[in-house]
Amino acid sequence: MSQLAYLAPSSPEQAVIALSAAGARPLAGGTDLLVQLRAGRTKPDIIVDLKRVAGAIGVREEAGGFVVGAATSGAVLGEHARLSRIWPGVVEGAKLIGSTQVQGRASLGGNLCNASPAADGVPALIAARATCMIVGPNGQREAPVESIVTGPGQTSLGPGEFLLAFRLPPRPAFASDAYLRLTPRTEMDIAVAGAGVNLALDADGVVTQAHVAIGAVAPTALLVADAGAALVGSRLNEASLAAMEAAVRAACRPISDKRGTEEYRTRIAGVLARRAARIAYQRAGATL
Amino acid sequence: MSKTHVSATVNGDPVEFLAAPGMTLLDALREELNLTGSKEGCGSGDCGACSVILDGRLVCSCLVLAAEVEGRRVETIEGLAHGSELHPLQQKFLEHAALQCGVCTPGLLVAAKALLDSNPDPTESETRYWLAGNLCRCTGYDKVIRAVMDAAAELRQVRAA
Ligand SMILES: Cc1cc2nc3c(=O)[nH]c(=O)nc-3n(C[C@H](O)[C@H](O)[C@H](O)COP(=O)(O)OP(=O)(O)OC[C@H]3O[C@@H](n4cnc5c(N)ncnc54)[C@H](O)[C@@H]3O)c2cc1C
Ligand code: FES
Ligand code: FES
Repeated sequence: MSQLAYLAPSSPEQAVIALSAAGARPLAGGTDLLVQLRAGRTKPDIIVDLKRVAGAIGVREEAGGFVVGAATSGAVLGEHARLSRIWPGVVEGAKLIGSTQVQGRASLGGNLCNASPAADGVPALIAARATCMIVGPNGQREAPVESIVTGPGQTSLGPGEFLLAFRLPPRPAFASDAYLRLTPRTEMDIAVAGAGVNLALDADGVVTQAHVAIGAVAPTALLVADAGAALVGSRLNEASLAAMEAAVRAACRPISDKRGTEEYRTRIAGVLARRAARIAYQRAGATL
Repeated sequence: MSKTHVSATVNGDPVEFLAAPGMTLLDALREELNLTGSKEGCGSGDCGACSVILDGRLVCSCLVLAAEVEGRRVETIEGLAHGSELHPLQQKFLEHAALQCGVCTPGLLVAAKALLDSNPDPTESETRYWLAGNLCRCTGYDKVIRAVMDAAAELRQVRAA
């Protein structure tokens, strides 16, 4: 730690320059990074604090959707009434991260870029079809959330690149989402499995768009296209739910560990996806 | 690598100190500012003994770099009492015997203050969830919860009067 420098740039351009140096690492809330630093599991030379970078903190509405600063804390997201009403699943994923203290700091950008397979904020973002606004030496680019994590602890971000914000697309009428996870304890635990479901319905309650993403059951969170497709055209009848669940289970490639066996995780992922679909359906304005 | 000069406000007072590279806010409070009320139970964000309020948000000071608080406002356990007059939360912790060894107590008091600042009338279940990041090996939590609920009631009365 004796070589560690700390920089707090105020513009995205300054942040890119700082992050382009060898051994530079971005810092958002530090609830993963500082734990790893203190345990000696990571040894950066320069910490680049993103929290003072313009656009990295805060929530704004733009072009009918939302732009959520990548370093915005879970506490701020949870207090944002309109975001919570329009994207309840995305917000409940963020709010499930850690204790009140952790919520005061933990960000969705950090949750994604830490690249844990069990990150609670990620499945709902993927199901929302959110994109990442990435800034780097070659300017700005935009990429789907599911393209960022390539394996445990690994991301597709290039040298000097960081996530400035997430973009959540405009919502049609009768649309909502939900995220559910299973943990052995109700608080302060790591997900055994998680599922995010995002639905849009027509005025008769028929599903017109459905996206299902699962976490903690593969090396990265997964968008399960077949699972979403199984719900489209239905009113979440038993046959469509069963087909969705089967698609979720077929996509699972979990590990066995002290939190659950492969078989258990696979089964639970299906159950969580089914329950999250029902919640999203109800929130979207229809009753079962 | 040289130390970083940091100016911040701690419990309402302007402070300045030098932060060694990688130094946490918890270490800066304890070692540079001699505010040893905040405790290190785990150093990994799990126990809450190091809880402080940073710009109005409850955080674990073990997971904040000292250099991050440049220009920020920090409230610690030392700011809770007014001179020799205890804060109602402190008084109720004593009355309800909500502490034994006391290592978790500063963190619990700061966390409880942050709760009552934002929600003067919390339910018991809201209080339990809010304090879930504060571990206590001694009390079994029940007395802590009763003390916080009682302090909340008293503070509401004071405010109404
Ligand atoms: C007590 C405790 C409980 C926890 N509980 C949960 C839980 O229930 N569920 C869960 O999913 N996680 C949990 N976590 C893990 C952690 O809190 C989350 O992953 C959190 O979202 C990380 O966000 P952060 O802002 O603190 O990230 P940081 O620690 O600041 O960063 C994490 C990683 O991402 C990189 N990074 C951060 N921001 C960016 C960016 N904008 N662009 C590029 N790279 C970036 C950093 O370099 C670092 O590698 C817990 C942690 C603790 C300490
Ligand atoms: S010492 Fe900070 S949470 Fe335990
Ligand atoms: S009183 Fe001993 S840990 Fe809480």
